[in-house]
Amino acid sequence: MNVQGVKSIYRFEMARWGRTLWQSLVTPVITTALYFLVFGSAIGSRMSDMAGIPFGSFIVPGLILLSVLTQALMNASFGIFFPKFTGTIYEILSAPLSPIETVTAYVGAAATKAVILALVTLATATLFVDVWVTHPLLMVLFLIAISIGFCLMGFAIGIWAKNFEQLQVIPLLVVTPLTFLGGVFYSVNAIGEPWRTVTLLNPILYLVAGYRWTFFGVSDVPVWASIAVMAAAILLPLAAIVWVFRTGYRLKS
Amino acid sequence: MSDAIVRIEGLRKAYANGVEALKGVDLDIRKGEILALLGPNGAGKTTLINIVCGIVTATGGQVLVDGKNWLQDFRSARTRIGLVPQELTTDAFESVWATVSFSRGLFGKPRDDAKVEEILKRLTLWDKRKSEMRELSGGMKRRVMIAKALAHEPDILFLDEPTAGVDVELRRDMWELVRKLRADGTTIILTTHYIEEAEEMADRVGVIRKGELVALGDKKGLMAQLGQRTLKITLDDPISEVPSGLSEWGVALEDEGHTLCYRFDSHAEQTGIPQLMRRLDELHLGWKDLATHQSSLEDIFVSLVHEERAA
Ligand SMILES: Nc1ncnc2c1ncn2[C@@H]1O[C@H](COP(=O)(O)OP(=O)(O)OP(=O)(O)O)[C@@H](O)[C@H]1O
Ligand SMILES: [Mg+2]
Repeated sequence: MNVQGVKSIYRFEMARWGRTLWQSLVTPVITTALYFLVFGSAIGSRMSDMAGIPFGSFIVPGLILLSVLTQALMNASFGIFFPKFTGTIYEILSAPLSPIETVTAYVGAAATKAVILALVTLATATLFVDVWVTHPLLMVLFLIAISIGFCLMGFAIGIWAKNFEQLQVIPLLVVTPLTFLGGVFYSVNAIGEPWRTVTLLNPILYLVAGYRWTFFGVSDVPVWASIAVMAAAILLPLAAIVWVFRTGYRLKS
Repeated sequence: MSDAIVRIEGLRKAYANGVEALKGVDLDIRKGEILALLGPNGAGKTTLINIVCGIVTATGGQVLVDGKNWLQDFRSARTRIGLVPQELTTDAFESVWATVSFSRGLFGKPRDDAKVEEILKRLTLWDKRKSEMRELSGGMKRRVMIAKALAHEPDILFLDEPTAGVDVELRRDMWELVRKLRADGTTIILTTHYIEEAEEMADRVGVIRKGELVALGDKKGLMAQLGQRTLKITLDDPISEVPSGLSEWGVALEDEGHTLCYRFDSHAEQTGIPQLMRRLDELHLGWKDLATHQSSLEDIFVSLVHEERAA
C-alpha cells in the first residue's frame, strides 16, 4: 500500500479546492439559498403540505442532493480530466500507485468536498425553513454513499471526456434535469398518470426519496429500493473504472 | 548478463493509429552507466522510455527491472525509477516547493523537508521555492521537472531530452549534475539530439531508427564497429580526374585535385591500402603526405540516419 501517495493526491486535490473555495463552495450555497428563499419561504408558505410535511421543509433534502450530485460529478471529473488535459498525468501514471489507490485518492477527495458542501447547504437551509432529521446516522451514511457513487461516475466521465464540452454534458444535460424531475419539488403520489410511472423510471427519484426519508421518515418508494439504486450508483461506475485501468482506455496510449 | 538493471526484451509498440513506433527492441541497461539514446525525430525514443515508466502500454515484449517484470512488480520498479519527460507539463498554480514535495509523497516516500531542500539547492532552485510554476522560465521549469523526478531518490533516472531548449551554461550545469548523480550510483538513460552531448556524457550510446535499435556500444566500440577511417593522400601535382586505374578503390578527389580520399573499414581483413599504394606507384602518381582520419560519432550518426532516408 502506498499510503503516502494516496495522501499526497488527496491533499493536492483538497488544496486545489481551497484555492477556489469561492467557486466550489460559496457559489452552490448561494444558489441553493436562493432556492430556499424563493421556493421555501416566499412560495412555500402558500403551498399545501407534501406528504404531510410543510413544502419549505419537504424540498430541503432534494435541493441538497441537487447541488451534491452536480458538484460531485463536476469536481471528480475535473480532478482527473485536468491532469490528462495538461499532461501532468504522466506523473500519476508513472507512480507506484495501484488503480484502487488512485481512485481512492481522487474520489475520496471529491466525495469529501461533496459531503462538506451538503452539510453547509443543510446549515444554510435551516436559516430559511424548519428542518428536522429523523435518522441522523443514516442521513450521513446515505449522503456519503451517494457522494461516492457520483464521484466515481464523475471520475469515469473525466477519463472518458476528450474536451471540456464532454466534461459538462452529463452533469448539465442528464443529471440536473433528472434531479429536477426526480421529485425534488413534489411527491410522486401527488402527480397523475402517466407521469407518475415515467417518474418512477428515473433512478434519481429513488435517491431523493430515500434521502428525504432519513429526514422526515416518509418516502414515496420503499427504502430498500433507494438502497439498491445507491449500490448500483457505486458499483456500475466502479466496474467501468476497473475496466479503464485494465485496458488503459483514454488514459494511456 | 547479471549487471543489467533494466532489461528490455522484444519491446513492440503499435499505436492505435497504426504507427509502429517500436519493432522489437532488445536492450540491456547496465547498473551505474550513462546510456545515451540517439535517433531522429519520431524514431521511438520517447515511446521506449514511456513504456518502461508505465505511461504507454506495450503491444509486446517485456521489461525487467532488476530481474522483475515491470508490470507485475510495478511498485518496486516504479519506486526505483524517476522520469523527466520530454514535454514540460506542470501545475501552473503550484509552488516549486509544493510540487517537488508532492512528487516525493506520490512515490511513497515520507515527507522530508531537508531532502527537498537539498534537491532544490542542487538544481539552484532554492531562491524560487515559493514561486508558482507559471512564473518560471522554460529552463527553470525543466529544472523543476528534474527536481520532481529526483524527489523520491530513484536509482534509475530517465531523462527525455533534458537539454532541449536549455542555454549553453545550463546545459553544462546539467551535464555536471548528471555526472554527480552517476557518481552517487544512479543509472541514467538520456535521449538527445546533440551528438556532442552523447559523446561528452555517455558511457554507451544506442542509436534508434524507425523503431529499431540499430547500433549500441561504448563510444570507442561503436566507432570501431561502425566508424570508417579515411586515408588522405596529398599529391605532388594536382590531377583533374581520378585515373581509371583507381576505380576499384572508389577514391574521391578533393581539394581541387590535390588530394585523393579513400574510405576504408578499419576492421576489414583487407584494408586495400598496400595495393592502392602499389597502384599509385605503377601510375607514377607522386605524393608528399599521408593522413588517416577516424570518423566521429557525429559522422556515424549522420550516416546511420542517412541510411534511413535512403531506405
Ligand atoms: N500517442 C501517440 N499516438 C500515435 N502515434 C504516436 C503517439 N506517440 C508517438 N507516436 C508516433 O510514434 C513514433 C515514435 O514517436 P516517439 O515520440 O517515440 O519518437 P522520438 O524518438 O521520441 O522522437 P523525438 O526525437 O521527436 O522526440 C512517431 O511516428 C510518432 O508519430
Ligand atoms: Mg521524444
